[in-house]
Amino acid sequence: MSLIRRVLPFPLMFLALVVMWLLLKQSVAPGTVLFGALVAFGGTWAMVALDPPPARLRRPRAVLQLAGRVFIDVFRSNLAVGRIILGEAERRTHAGFMSLRLEMTDRYGLAVLAIILTCTPGTQWVSYDPSRGTLLLHVLDLVDELEWAELIKLRYEVLLREIFE
Amino acid sequence: MSEAPDLPLWAALLVSVLVLLGAVIALIGSIGLLRLPDFYSRVHAPSLGATVGAGCLLVGSMICFSVLQGRMLVHELLIALFLTITTPVTLMLLARAALHRDRVERNGDAPERDPEPIDIA
Repeated sequence: MSLIRRVLPFPLMFLALVVMWLLLKQSVAPGTVLFGALVAFGGTWAMVALDPPPARLRRPRAVLQLAGRVFIDVFRSNLAVGRIILGEAERRTHAGFMSLRLEMTDRYGLAVLAIILTCTPGTQWVSYDPSRGTLLLHVLDLVDELEWAELIKLRYEVLLREIFE
Repeated sequence: MSEAPDLPLWAALLVSVLVLLGAVIALIGSIGLLRLPDFYSRVHAPSLGATVGAGCLLVGSMICFSVLQGRMLVHELLIALFLTITTPVTLMLLARAALHRDRVERNGDAPERDPEPIDIA
């Protein structure tokens, strides 16, 4: 393992970059694979200079479960926001800021949560205060703050913590 | 699109439905930019085009070119991936810049301080 790490500091990232290269070139010819491996090799070593904190993915089942939930929620929230946009003017006046406390502190988990909240229209990540562990959000349909807080904490944060912490 | 007539009917129908749907959703997002009242609300609107809107267009593109060339072409997945991981960066930057400006100007568009955080045990 340590020998692999000495040559390839981030084996998973190396693999991901090779796959990306093959997808871009749309072929699996030996030349493409070889060149892709070279690019991925350079990429992973460039990453060493950035010195990212170690990340570990646990519980692949939780990953799938989270992906499924987000997939459903993306459609659901698109529909909801579409209705607000095309509906009566009164419906567009419920927007507002809210804040909630997160127990998750893992940077990767927070990054994924930011992606989820942005991908589901209707919630927008505004700022996160790491010293207090609070997240400021802007919500388009802020009728019940507690409902949104429960959605984020119980539907996403619990799974994210299982995966990253 | 000189190759378009070669597309079998089922694929042509499927692709046109997907592309039209994606375009309509992106259009609704753009209408949102026009109709929503303030900056923070408007930030929500383009996500429609960037998520399901783009998704429909990309699946349409995948089906179209996979059928035309007779092999699986899925490099659109990369577009979806990069779109998903880069939009939050821009939107977050815009929202934070707006919040900073509004708080410095004290124009009442944003709360002076963060609302009390909600705790859920």
